[in-house]
Amino acid sequence: MNHLPLIIKREYLTKVRNKSFIVMTFLSPFIFVGIFALVAYLSSLNNDTVRIISVMDESGLFADEFNSSPHMQYKMLHNVSLEEAKKEAETNEIYGLLYIPKTGNLEDLSRKITFYSEDSPSLTMMSDINNMLEAKVNTLKLKEAGIDSETIKNLHIDISANQETFKGKETSKLGSGLKLAFGGAAGYLLFMFIIIYGNMIMRSVIEEKTSRVIEVIISSVKPRVLLLGKIFGTTLAGITQFLIWVILILVLMTVVTSIFGIDPAAASPSQQILENSVDGGTQRILHDVMLEINNLPIANLIVMFILFFVGGYLLYASLYASVGAAVDSETDTQQFMMPILMPLILAVYVGFFTVMDNPHGTVSQVFSYIPFTSPVVMLMRIPFGVPIWQQILSVVILFGSFVGMVWFAAKIYRVGILMYGKKPTYKEIFKWLKY
Amino acid sequence: MEKLLVVNNVSKVYGDYKALNNVSIEVEKGSIFGLLGPNGAGKTTLIRIINQITMPDTGSVILDGEPLQPHHIKYIGYLPEERGLYKTMKVGEQALYLAQLKGLSKQEAKERLKYWFDRLEIGDWWDKKIQELSKGMAQKIQFVVTVLHKPKLLIFDEPFSGFDPINANLIKDEILKLRDEGATVIFSTHRMESVEEMCDHIALIHKSNKILDGKLLDIKRQYRSNMFEIGLITPNHAATSALLKDRFQIFPATFKSINDELQYKVKVPDSVSTNDFVNYLISLGQLTHFVEVIPTVSDIFIETIQKN
Repeated sequence: MNHLPLIIKREYLTKVRNKSFIVMTFLSPFIFVGIFALVAYLSSLNNDTVRIISVMDESGLFADEFNSSPHMQYKMLHNVSLEEAKKEAETNEIYGLLYIPKTGNLEDLSRKITFYSEDSPSLTMMSDINNMLEAKVNTLKLKEAGIDSETIKNLHIDISANQETFKGKETSKLGSGLKLAFGGAAGYLLFMFIIIYGNMIMRSVIEEKTSRVIEVIISSVKPRVLLLGKIFGTTLAGITQFLIWVILILVLMTVVTSIFGIDPAAASPSQQILENSVDGGTQRILHDVMLEINNLPIANLIVMFILFFVGGYLLYASLYASVGAAVDSETDTQQFMMPILMPLILAVYVGFFTVMDNPHGTVSQVFSYIPFTSPVVMLMRIPFGVPIWQQILSVVILFGSFVGMVWFAAKIYRVGILMYGKKPTYKEIFKWLKY
Repeated sequence: MEKLLVVNNVSKVYGDYKALNNVSIEVEKGSIFGLLGPNGAGKTTLIRIINQITMPDTGSVILDGEPLQPHHIKYIGYLPEERGLYKTMKVGEQALYLAQLKGLSKQEAKERLKYWFDRLEIGDWWDKKIQELSKGMAQKIQFVVTVLHKPKLLIFDEPFSGFDPINANLIKDEILKLRDEGATVIFSTHRMESVEEMCDHIALIHKSNKILDGKLLDIKRQYRSNMFEIGLITPNHAATSALLKDRFQIFPATFKSINDELQYKVKVPDSVSTNDFVNYLISLGQLTHFVEVIPTVSDIFIETIQKN
């Protein structure tokens, strides 16, 4: 059918030339980066505040432990009563008051340390303080038991088992994380793409019905060809928008971070943890990352990512198209949305929980063949190594289902387009299949 | 006459509902064929089968001697009753798109569009969007798109809806012109006066069955009821009325006249020849008006439907 390119071209051009599409395409990245910059700015503001904490150490055990940092200043109080100290803290807007009483033994002490503050104190700060006190008390206890700190240091050994596959490939703990990250990102990307552009397909299928142009079109083109054209055309428009978003966001991010000097990592707390371990470990981690990336079946991943992404998207797109085919206007689509979203959500859940737990378990395997879940689940499994024939089988099932789905949608379409003003039920749609 | 389209015993069932029951029609080349029937009779289903939008359950459709095939779409131009155009597309682009779907090359489509747009004086709409046009203007575009690929068979479903009388006339003339140039037209409408004016042949579909079919003239002959409209100037109208009432069935009639006369519709029994009837009328007074009442399509329509 030489009509297909014609229809794809029209669909693509109408979508891309649409004013709101253009506005969204170019505005969204700015909004996204703007929000990001705002968050980064706000959290840096937050970091700039200096917290002053009064410490009233009657036990005298912790005198050397409180070292002020840029964000946290300790003010040691001596020779005041607790009541006076509290009052002083309150009037001078001091963040909090740490009270360490004098007690007979360390067990008692550990129960009686109290932190006073205006509201509930920051969780991270409290855990910092608790950790520090705990470490000190533990050392003191060990000393009481007759073990000095030198001995403890010497006794401590870090173990990180070397990992190798049976075939002798070196792997690391980081590998699993990296694999999950890849699979998760791929699955999530597909999920988002389907949610964003599935609706666009549905609306585009309804378009012919609301404008009543359908009967003219359908007297020249087979419904199947029209549907395919709409799916491909809209998909191309979606990909165009998505690519522009990615490129614009990357460019804007670079510009924003370099102009405002925002460290993109400042927004993520995990980065700080990494920074803490910057000592000798960095070399090792870098080495591991490089090793794992080399170990990943890169070519396989890229090919399969494209196949599953395209196949998964097309399958769901044809589902959305059948909904569009069945109804008259967008307001009638609600009742049909659940059955589309359910398998999609199921796929993401199975992906994130089952595959993470056991990439090659029965559940993971089964769901990596079911076409509605396979794009997400299989993409998450592949980094862990899936035999190539299984991958191919899954792809074949997926594309086969897409063709079947389009056939099904076209059947509904053929009848649905010519029924105006009636809200269809599932029962009726089932009947249409037999017309 | 050669047949362009032959529909043989076509039936179509939707679930429990029989939309068409063994319907056959034959459309002569170069004629205008009126497809009539009340709402929901099955006309649109038949038209959709001819357009290959739906397939018949049984029966066959022959176009120009060949069983209907997908490639035949380019020989058919269809203006559906439920019609519209892409609202956000520009007129020119849209017309080009639809023409290309019918198999015209872009260049060819452009040339023919230019011709039609000039002919209907709508050339300056080319870059307007459909949503900026009035309904009648959009209908004109739709008409052009339907006939652009010079189809052998044109199917118009309520072609005049949405047109003002001037434009309706314009479109009517264009349809007649297309017929004269050799196209065959199937025409479905509820406007009986346009059927009267344009159709050579009609078929009446009622409750999924074809109940009447034939040349318009033949059908009219078949439905003649020997009814005459008369005007008579007599010395005593009341006495004459009584006389007529005695011999015939008479009905009141009104027609424009400059005389002060008796006006009646008279049903003449088959046993009385027209000449004898006229002679009798002359004997009663001065005959000013004598016309055979020809059944209108509307009368035939209503009568046939009520009979069934």
